[in-house]
Amino acid sequence: MIRRLSPAGLLGLLILAFWVAMAVFGAAVAPHAAGRIVDMEVFLPVSADYPLGTDYLGRDMLSRVLHGTRYTVGVALGAALIASGSGLMLGMCAAVWGGMVDGAISRALDTLISIPSKMFALVVVAAFGSSVPVLILMAGIIYTPGAYRIARSLAVSVNAQDFVTVARARGEGTLYLVRAEILPNIIGPVLADFGLRFVYIVLLLAGMSFLGLGVQPPNADWGSLVRENMAGLHEAAPAVLMPAFAIASLTIGVNLAIDVLGGGRREGDGH
Amino acid sequence: MLSLVAARLALGLVSLLLVSLAIFAITSLLPGDAAEELLGQYATRETVAGLRASLGLDLPAHLRYLAWLKGLATGDFGRSLASNMPVAQLIGSRLPNSLMLAAATAAVSVPIALTIGITAAMYRGSAYDRTVSMLTLSVVSVPEFLVATAAVIVFAVQLRWLSALSTTADITSVAQFFRVFALPVFALCCVIVAQMVRMTRAAIIDQLRAPYVEMAVLKGVGPLRVVLHHALPNAIGPIANAVALSLSYLLGGVIIVETIFNYPGVAKLMVDGVAQRDLPVVQACAMLFCAAYLVLVTTADIIAILSNPRLRHP
Repeated sequence: MIRRLSPAGLLGLLILAFWVAMAVFGAAVAPHAAGRIVDMEVFLPVSADYPLGTDYLGRDMLSRVLHGTRYTVGVALGAALIASGSGLMLGMCAAVWGGMVDGAISRALDTLISIPSKMFALVVVAAFGSSVPVLILMAGIIYTPGAYRIARSLAVSVNAQDFVTVARARGEGTLYLVRAEILPNIIGPVLADFGLRFVYIVLLLAGMSFLGLGVQPPNADWGSLVRENMAGLHEAAPAVLMPAFAIASLTIGVNLAIDVLGGGRREGDGH
Repeated sequence: MLSLVAARLALGLVSLLLVSLAIFAITSLLPGDAAEELLGQYATRETVAGLRASLGLDLPAHLRYLAWLKGLATGDFGRSLASNMPVAQLIGSRLPNSLMLAAATAAVSVPIALTIGITAAMYRGSAYDRTVSMLTLSVVSVPEFLVATAAVIVFAVQLRWLSALSTTADITSVAQFFRVFALPVFALCCVIVAQMVRMTRAAIIDQLRAPYVEMAVLKGVGPLRVVLHHALPNAIGPIANAVALSLSYLLGGVIIVETIFNYPGVAKLMVDGVAQRDLPVVQACAMLFCAAYLVLVTTADIIAILSNPRLRHP
């Protein structure tokens, strides 16, 4: 699957590994507690004491960003797993069973696609309020149809191949067909698509938090950090720039890492 | 061909109906309802029941859905829970502002994006093409609010050319119109141009790989003529699709941009509605945005049908 590790792809994987590590250990390695006010000066510039400056209450920005990593990376990872997982399951079932099942699943998910993602998110938050489980589930549902379409079209083309017909003639059950014949042949492109879903979800949730409708205080993801420090925009304080850069580095890093899987994707499309 | 167009229009209407069902279902799933929210926690059981009856909330869900749908069709969107004003009036006062923003953005972004996309496809692989690809990828992978805040920092804070807040009230001259609109339109354009360039470029390159283009090149046709006379007519369908889909990103982008610039549009109304859990406002705004989205997508499909030579000359 991994053909060649280009410098850009390696950089992407490194950035991704760094942020995933920070999502797990960020709270432990952060120099201060997330809520602790360390200096009376607000919106301090970058210094040796506070590598990313201080925020609008005089809290250490580095610690805030590190504590926020688990909300940005963790929530998006959970949601992307739900989206790609259920999309993959439904897509393979639709391909293997075909007919009515395929039609029913496809039509139902097409309705979801005709609601723009931000609109769906706003309606859900208006109805259910905003909490981490709601956000994970909501983003997972929003991006299921896209993952389903990719997985279904890949699985349909594999399903038409001779070795699947042979397995079916042998009398193998659906579970075996899906697990042993179809999944191994589509996993590369599906993983690349998983990365893309993750990026979309990071952007969607950052946008929601930026509007004040995502992760709620006292917890803060990177989108909330940009929002709460907007007052520092006029002095271009690092407090408002750094979380935004963190988001950009994460999404660009994942995009670069996906290109490493690019060979697998083209291979899958060719079948 | 007409039957294809009619079928596509019918499909659009069915989608809109299903979307309305989905939005209604999500917003009425919660056990509590507007009557309890309005009266607060000290309400007696009788007053809640009375208000519920007068609001029609005691009816079963499918009857309430039909009543809501009838209201939507006749322009009666109910009353806002927060301000007690008719929702239609709230939206009506803000819709022109949002439409003006969207129209200005579309007018600026479409020509720019098509020019960049087509030229990048013509010189694909060149330094110009690679720069365009890299820039558009970076803009697509950062959140809209980052682009908008970066624009504020550069143009309003560092250069002091433009104002960071938008109010349509104090527009009296062309120069002021430009000052107020420049930043929101610029921020929206960045995101949309990037999307549109990527899709236009892909559509043209797809056509340039076709055998008839190779034939034209071998015949000695110049590169400009190959793209404009041979590839472009065949790529109009995909490009129309790209334009419509990118403009649908406008719907998402406008939510962020209107909030950042405090612009009095429908998206700001909806975000405020969500924050106050003002469900009638949220429902109506969501329907408006979904309808706009479906109109864009349906238009793109119909243009693709109309621009397909095989369907046009049967």
